[in-house]
Amino acid sequence: MRSVAVSISQEHSKTATVAKTGSKVYRPYSFWFYLPTAVIYAVLFLIPTFASFYYSLTRWSLFESKFIGLDNFKLFFQEPALVKGFTNTLVFAVVTSGSKVVLGLLLAVLLTSQIIGRGYLRSVVFFPVLVSTVGVGLLFQVMMNPERGIINGALGVIGVDGPGWLTDPKWALLSIALVDVWKGVGLATLIYIAGIVSIPREYMEAARVDGAGAWESFRRIVLPLCKPATVTVIILSLIGGLRSFELIWAMTRGGPGFTSDVISSVIYKQYQAGFYGLSTAGNVILFVVVTAIVLPLNWFLNRKEVDM
Amino acid sequence: MSTAELVNHRPGRKWALSVVAILASIVVFIIPFVFMLLTAVKDRQQAADLDFSWPHQFQFVQNFVDVVKARDYMLVIAFINSTILTVVSVAGMVVLAAMAGFVLQRRASKWNGFINFLVLSGLIIPPAVVPTIWVLQKLGLFRTMPGLIMIEIAFGLSFCILLFRAFVSTIPRELDEAAIIDGAGPLRLFFGVIFPLLRSVIITVVVVQSVNVFNDFVNPLYFLPGDKNATVQLTLYNFSGQFSTQYNLLFMDILLITIPPLIMFLFFNRQIVAGLTSGAIKG
Repeated sequence: MRSVAVSISQEHSKTATVAKTGSKVYRPYSFWFYLPTAVIYAVLFLIPTFASFYYSLTRWSLFESKFIGLDNFKLFFQEPALVKGFTNTLVFAVVTSGSKVVLGLLLAVLLTSQIIGRGYLRSVVFFPVLVSTVGVGLLFQVMMNPERGIINGALGVIGVDGPGWLTDPKWALLSIALVDVWKGVGLATLIYIAGIVSIPREYMEAARVDGAGAWESFRRIVLPLCKPATVTVIILSLIGGLRSFELIWAMTRGGPGFTSDVISSVIYKQYQAGFYGLSTAGNVILFVVVTAIVLPLNWFLNRKEVDM
Repeated sequence: MSTAELVNHRPGRKWALSVVAILASIVVFIIPFVFMLLTAVKDRQQAADLDFSWPHQFQFVQNFVDVVKARDYMLVIAFINSTILTVVSVAGMVVLAAMAGFVLQRRASKWNGFINFLVLSGLIIPPAVVPTIWVLQKLGLFRTMPGLIMIEIAFGLSFCILLFRAFVSTIPRELDEAAIIDGAGPLRLFFGVIFPLLRSVIITVVVVQSVNVFNDFVNPLYFLPGDKNATVQLTLYNFSGQFSTQYNLLFMDILLITIPPLIMFLFFNRQIVAGLTSGAIKG
């Protein structure tokens, strides 16, 4: 298989050199096909990304900018409200991504077993992924109302005094993380199901014949062979968690106070207040945080796979 | 323990597990949606109780009309705006990403590594908001629908290119060669031969990205502000005011904007699953 691929590519490069030496070069795969994509991508994504590095060092009004060095970044790490946004971003991403890995794997094992109503369960777990994030946020904001919300109502029935989910500074960020997991766990489950289904049946049967119980075969077969799925879930949910904005904005707008602010909500607040330079500095910090976490992690997780 | 014991042992446990799972799914996933549905048909006073109760009177039509009429038919305009945004930007993404993914897979060049790097950066790097507004303003596209459409295309391209590139690799090169021998130029080759063969991945991309664009809240918030241009996600703020929140209307609004994704889900579940899990196994 591999050697075939190599020989095809060699053959391809041979024909390419022949075409080059020929007088009339005919290229069926024209570079022009990249042009519209490249223009849109460069103008609306690359240029703003590079411009953000410069403008994060300025006081900026869109029309004129004044270079002020690293003042925006200093402010970002001195103002308690902004520092809180920074740490919250990390907490939110780690909590949601960790919960999605654990719950997604458990649900996927459950939903690939011979359970009754499997199709129904898969649909119902997955559907929230497709619902508008802001809609979900507003729905749960109402359900999490501390006095009249149905969640605390239900907890009251079984004798538990529910916390002020979104009004208590200690709980606000975790409550939002909980809703994020509710909405996003379906995607993690889906990815894990695809991973589990691709495990050859014979492995499980062989393990059973050898006398392995459910836990043993989960630990020795499912868990290691699901590693690519785990990598995907971790990377996707970390990227999503670090950039998360819609749910937080819909549910608390960073409140109470600034206790559930994250970098993205700080970016929006500073933008609204007209501090464009500071807002852009927030963007640069978010960029650095995302790449500093995701790239090494991706490299590390994929490298270990080769060792196995 | 013999295999027979394992098999015999199963049915009881299976039933118990299934019942627990189904009950848990109802509590965790179904009740929030039922609550939304019930609140959407309540009258204003009862909806303000926020409790899980049967409506005293069903006001479905009344609430529906109120939501549609609110703020000078803002929701109708928003649905039109969202439809235009979704259709045009997804169509743009499909054509552009298919062309790029095709050449990226077929043509080996020293640039491929760099291009792949750019595609992945598009997935990972959070877009810089204010500089993007600054660029749009220079181009005269800030606060315009074409501007927002271009933004959605730019931010959605990476994901589409990955899917198209993977799918093009399953189309045999002999097909290209046959078409070339028959005298097809690059455009004929792509749009006449390859593009029709991409049908199944096109459906996947269209379904996944239209749900994404339709549900997008951040980009319209930044790049297309203003009531006149509102998309459906922005109308959700109509009914949650600081002093009097009309929960029945708010929930009717949420219900209405949940219907398009629901339809997509009912008809294209398989394609959505295919799109979201592709690459998950390969990593």
